[in-house]
Formats: sequence, C-alpha cells, structure tokens
Amino acid sequence: MSNTTEKIEYVSYLDHQGKYKGIMSWLMATDHKRIGLLYMYAIITFFFIGVLLGLMMKLELLAPGETIMTAKMYNSVFTLHGILMIFMVVIPGLSAVFGNFFLPILIGAKDVAFPKLNRFSWWIFIVGSIMAVLSQLLKDGPPDTGWTFYAPYSTTTNSNVIMATAAAFVLGFSSILTGLNFIVTIHQMRAPGMKFFHMPLFPWALYATAWIQLLATPVIGITLLMLIAERAFQIGFFDPALGGDPLLFQHLFWIYSHPAVYVMMLPAMGVITEIIPTFCQRQIYGYKAVAISSLAIAAVGFLVWGHHMYTSGMSDQARWFFSLLTFIVAVPSAIKVFNWITTMYKGSIDVQPPFLYALAFIFLFIIGGTTGLLLGSVATNVQVHDTAFVVAHFHYIIFGGMGFAFFAAIHYWFPKMYGRMYDIKLANISLVIKFIGFNLLYFPQFIIGVQGMPRRYFDYPEQFQPAQVISSVGGFILAFGLFLMVYNLVKAAKSGAVAPANPWKGSTLEWQIPSPPSLENFDEAPIIKVNPYDYK
Amino acid sequence: MFDNSSNFVQGVDSAFLIITGISVFFLVVLTGLMIYFVIKYNRKKGKPAVQIKDNSLLEITWITIPMILVLYMFYIGWEGFIPMRNVPKDAMEVTAIGSMWKFEFEYKGNKMSDTMVVPINKAVKVNLASKDVLHGFSVPGFRIKEDMVPQKDNYTWFIPGKLGDFDIYCTVYCGLNHSYMMSLIKVVSQEEFDMWLKALPVKKADNSLGLKLLEKNGCIACHSLDGSKVVGPSFKGIYGNMRNLNTNGIKKDIKVDDAYIKTSINEPDAQIVDGYPKGLMKSYKGLISDTEIEQITQYLKELK
Repeated sequence: MSNTTEKIEYVSYLDHQGKYKGIMSWLMATDHKRIGLLYMYAIITFFFIGVLLGLMMKLELLAPGETIMTAKMYNSVFTLHGILMIFMVVIPGLSAVFGNFFLPILIGAKDVAFPKLNRFSWWIFIVGSIMAVLSQLLKDGPPDTGWTFYAPYSTTTNSNVIMATAAAFVLGFSSILTGLNFIVTIHQMRAPGMKFFHMPLFPWALYATAWIQLLATPVIGITLLMLIAERAFQIGFFDPALGGDPLLFQHLFWIYSHPAVYVMMLPAMGVITEIIPTFCQRQIYGYKAVAISSLAIAAVGFLVWGHHMYTSGMSDQARWFFSLLTFIVAVPSAIKVFNWITTMYKGSIDVQPPFLYALAFIFLFIIGGTTGLLLGSVATNVQVHDTAFVVAHFHYIIFGGMGFAFFAAIHYWFPKMYGRMYDIKLANISLVIKFIGFNLLYFPQFIIGVQGMPRRYFDYPEQFQPAQVISSVGGFILAFGLFLMVYNLVKAAKSGAVAPANPWKGSTLEWQIPSPPSLENFDEAPIIKVNPYDYK
Repeated sequence: MFDNSSNFVQGVDSAFLIITGISVFFLVVLTGLMIYFVIKYNRKKGKPAVQIKDNSLLEITWITIPMILVLYMFYIGWEGFIPMRNVPKDAMEVTAIGSMWKFEFEYKGNKMSDTMVVPINKAVKVNLASKDVLHGFSVPGFRIKEDMVPQKDNYTWFIPGKLGDFDIYCTVYCGLNHSYMMSLIKVVSQEEFDMWLKALPVKKADNSLGLKLLEKNGCIACHSLDGSKVVGPSFKGIYGNMRNLNTNGIKKDIKVDDAYIKTSINEPDAQIVDGYPKGLMKSYKGLISDTEIEQITQYLKELK
C-alpha cells in the first residue's frame, strides 16, 4: 500500500449520516453549517411574523382613528414587532446564519472552536424565542411597552413584561456565547499560513462584532434583571415613586442597545465587502482600511449611546459629548463606502443578483447613514427625536442596510449552501419590486417626522394622512417583493439547476470546495494566499 | 428666509439645511459614480479588470475631509441647540404637567388651564413635570422638545414670534392613549393674554389624600372623575348608589359601600360592573394598604 492517505469520498454535509437520524440529526447537529441553516429557518420565520405585524400597523395607519384594531392592540403589535425583529431577527441575523456557515470555511477551518457550545447557543435561542411567544399568551396579556421597555411605564403596566424581558435575557446568552465562539475560532483556528491580515474581510467584521456581543450584551442582561426585580419585588431602581431614576434605565438600556446596532451592521458591511470584489474581479480597494474601520466602529460605538437621550433631561455636557462622538463614529462607515465604490473602478463588472443587492445596500445605507447625521446633531435631533423620522432612519439602516445585505448574502452563497441555483431573472425582479416598495414605505416618514408626527402613534392629525397612505401602499409592494424572493429560493432549493463549485468566479476559500461542502469542509488542505482577493 | 414662530427656528432649520445639503451632495455623487462605473466597466465590454494598487494618500484624504465635515456639522448642531438650555432671567414661568393622558398648565397663583396661552414676543420658561410616567413635551412649530420626567426638574423655553395656535404632542410613549395626548399653545397679544390670565380660575386646593392616592397609583388613568367612560367606570357619584354587577354571567344589583370598594381594589375580578370584561384591572392587594383604601373611600364619598 502507498503511504498517502486514500482520497476521501465526497459526501455533502446535507447527506452526511452521523450518530443521529432524521430530525434528530438536525436538532443535535454540531456541524456549523447545519447550525447556520437552523438559525436561518428560525430567523426567517420570525422575520415573516414581524412583517405581518408591520403590515397590520400599516393597515391601521391608513386612516386617522381606529381602522382595524384598538389602541391597546396597536401598542402590543408594535411592541412585539420590535421584540421579534430586534432580538430574534437582526441581532442574531448575519452572525448566526452566515457567520456560522462561512466563518470556518473562509479561514480554512473544519468547524468553529466549540461546536457543542455552538449547538447549545442555538438551543438557547429557541428557548428564548419560545419564552417570547409565551409572553404573548400568558394571563396579563402581551407586553405593551415598546421594545425599549422604558421605566416607569414598564415597571407599572399590567402586561407580561416579566416574561418578555426574561425572554430577551435568555436570548442574550445565545449572542454572548456565539461571540465567544467566534473570537476563539478566529484566533486559534485559522489555517496554517493565514495571518490576521490574510483573512478575508467578512471574518474581520465578525471578529469586531463578536467583541461587542461578548462585552455589551451582559449590560442589557443585568438591566433586564433589574427591571424584573423592580416589578416583582418593588425594588426602586427606576421608578421615582420608589426612589429610583428613570434615566438610569435609559443609560443602561442604551449602553447595550447602541453597540447592538453595530452587531447588526458590521457583518452586513462584511458581506458587501465579500461580494463586490467577486463581481468586479478586483481585489478590495483599501483592505487594511476596511479591516481597521470595523474595529474602529466597534470601539467608538461603545461611546455614543446618549444620542438616544438628548431630550431626556440628561446634562448639557453629556449631550455635547455624545453628539461629538456620534459624529466621529460616522467616519469609518463612510470610509467603507468610498473603498467599495473605488473597488468598482476599472473592474470587470458582472451585474448578478448578489451585486445588484450590494448596490441597493449602498444606496439605502447612505440615506440611512446621513439621516443619522441629522439625528446626531443636537439641534436637529430635538425636532425629529421620537418622531416618524427616527422610524424611517432606523428602517433604512437596519432593513435597507442589514436586511438587504442578508438578501445579498443569501443570493451570493445560496449555490454553495444548497448546490443549486435560483432563477436569476426572478431574483432581479423581486429586488426591484422590494426597492420601490421600500422607498415608498419609509421615505414619506422622514417628511412627516420633520413636521412633527410622533412615533408609536396609533391615531394622528389628518394632515399626515396622504404620506401615511403612500407609506402603507409601499409596505404592501415591499411584502410582495419579499414573497417573490422566498418563492424563488424555496423552489430553487428543491429543484433548481445544479450549481458548480464557483459560479461567480470568487477567489475566497469557500469557492475552492464543492457545492454543497462536505462535512469537514476541506477534504484536501486549502491553498492559503497572502491576498484573499487575488484575481490576477 | 426662516419662519419666526419661535426664536429657535433659525438655528434648527439652518442646521437642517446644511446637513441635508451635504448629505444629498454625497448621495448624488456616490450613486452617480456607482452607476457610471457599473456601466463603463461592465464585463460584457470584454475588458479585463485592472488590479489597482492601494493609495495611502487617497485613504488619508477621504478620512480627513469627512472628519472636518462631521466636526462642522457637530458644531452647528451644538450652536443651534445650546440656547435652548439658557433661559433668560425675566422669562414668565409656566409649569406643564403631563399625566396619562393629558397636559395641564399651571400659571402663577395656582391657576390651571388645559391649553397654554402666551403673549407674543415674550420669553416663556416651561417647567416640565409628570404625575406618573415619562411624557414628552413637543412643539414642532417652535422646534422644541424635552421630556417630562417624574420627580425631576426638567425645563424648556421659547419666545413666540407669531400669533396663532401651535400643536403640542406627547412624544414619549406612555400607554393606551398616548396618541391622544395633545394640546395647544395659543400665541396672543399682550392685552389678550392679560385678560385671559385674569379670568383664569384658581385651582381649588385639594388636600384630599384619597385623590393623591388615586393619582399616584394610576387609577385615574382608567377611571375618570367627571363621569366620562375611559377604560373602567367613572368614579363620579358612585358611593351610596346602586351598581349592576355581572360576575360570571350572574347578574346582581349592589349598593356601593366600603366593602365593595375594598373588594374592587384587592380582587377586581370578583364583582365586575355589567358591561366590562374580566382581566382588565390588576389587583392592588399589597400595593394599597387598608388605611389608604379608607382614605380613597373617604374621597369617593365626597365625589358627587
């Protein structure tokens, strides 16, 4: 017999037969790729429930006065919409789905550092999600506080606040443990020869994100426990009637919740940074600047939380400091945009769905980001704080930004994950419909927000109705586009054309292995290049 | 060029225009570049990609210029804002009191009003108070907004420059009727204001402990004192009168007495008035002591 090991027979990770069979092979999976898919199916389900709640709100807002539901129900609907979308969709979002699936592959590893901890993180996510569902069904009725749980309303209202905040507490652990897992994975499991500055930029983004998950999430954990203690035992942390301070809640809440938006955005920007070089066949312009900018955003992002509180009664000096830092944190994001666009210069550009989504992302992200400047500036903030303007801003950033990046990621990596290709034309049509619907839905809210339309308003003065109608119509157009996209992808997963290993001519490691990958990713040792985006 | 509804409009609106202008400039230029590159360098044209080298000078330039721009935007944002915190010493003081779900305005001499009437061109300091949860005092026409925080001395101020009515919205979510918590600032001439203030009634000093307890525990949020139906039955005139109860389908008529009031507070689902569902009101057992229940009952006895 020769000394070389026999060539390993290729078996897709989807067909791999391990210790468990059937559904148990999924529920007990430790393969990072299966765990990524499990997160994806759960997150997409919660996303669509959230979309339905959003459409219900849009129907209600078509006309002043009670249209399809009572004020009490509306308050519960926007609360659940926020809880679902923030804690169960966009915070886990890209990290848990594409981070899990592709981080090990992109660094030449066979799995994450702690696969069983990874499985446990998914279980925690499901338990927390079940608790969130329970909070809708228990005796005191669905929470009606908004996803921000501001005290003293949240410490005194008669609804299932304790169960909802306990759910968020549990979900937080899924985030913390995923962050820990990714940090160790990136430090310890890069393939031999791959130094930090040889890593592709999606892992860099995940690395910065993981530090935020690890360090910031415990703060919200403690805050929610304090809220629960105040409701259950009347300990006066936040309610002035019990000797507490409502501003303490706001500070503690936003010390986590602002960095949390970078947990949403950094992986999103990382995905775009992977897509653009591939479809331009050019190395990313400014690799080092883009890598460092992710770390800069994560670090400075810890220092800006007070920009949610300029009108709260906080000191003038605090308002000054937080505004200054908020403007500084905008700069690294701008740098990424400049580098992305410069990567297109003299490239060889193939406009496929992932790239089209990336272009849409950049446009929507610029609008979301620059309206953030209006919110960061104290004078203009006073006018638009707590209005529909803020609602439009964060939907442009989170939905137009992170959401469209999620769609970009799935259209980019779908052939790798499932070994099949979707209908390109339908993918592009669905994108155009979503883009039109999205802008009709959210842009009018900037205008009525500046005019004074408050947020979380179930009823409103007549002068705001025309904009509300345009917005509601846009919401339904967007929903139709979403439906087309899901239809396209589900059909492709079942019966799409078989996809090759490298349909987009990408240079990073995931494109050097079969579609779908085998269980341990690399049946042969991967070839590590100094420049991950080497297109020469 | 700028509206003179208040002394802050210019600072806020000019900051708005400048920041929006810079933003639109970047949006147009960057989108234009993207579209231009996608067309000019399209793969269908057959030209291979050119692997451009990184240029540190370019990176430093596009870090520095945005940094200067954002620091400028910070500056105009701060300059437009800080006057909002510096109240002139001779400003007339009005206290705006927020509660679930209305605004009340207290003028000097313990006079109360539902709307804020102010004389044109005179500085007004608005002391902000809340009886229960967080509320927001927002006057978009004047470009002012500040939160009403219970037991905290927050404030805002303004000088109105135009006659007319200006909407006040509550902008901090405060529960069921948050969307209905609105009021008005009416800007009138000095003479009209003086006449209005003179005619404004003085609030009767209400030392009733019972009333304070009803407010503190949020009962007033759902039970009105004036006969109107909010969420639960009004308290007006209930003591000593008959009520139709409907508990689990069993109808009964009862006279409202001390025992009924105590049961309603401690076990609200035990004896429900006909026409109201179960489960709307939570129990206050342990939160309101027996002595406090007596004080509330005493107040209700007098609320004819």
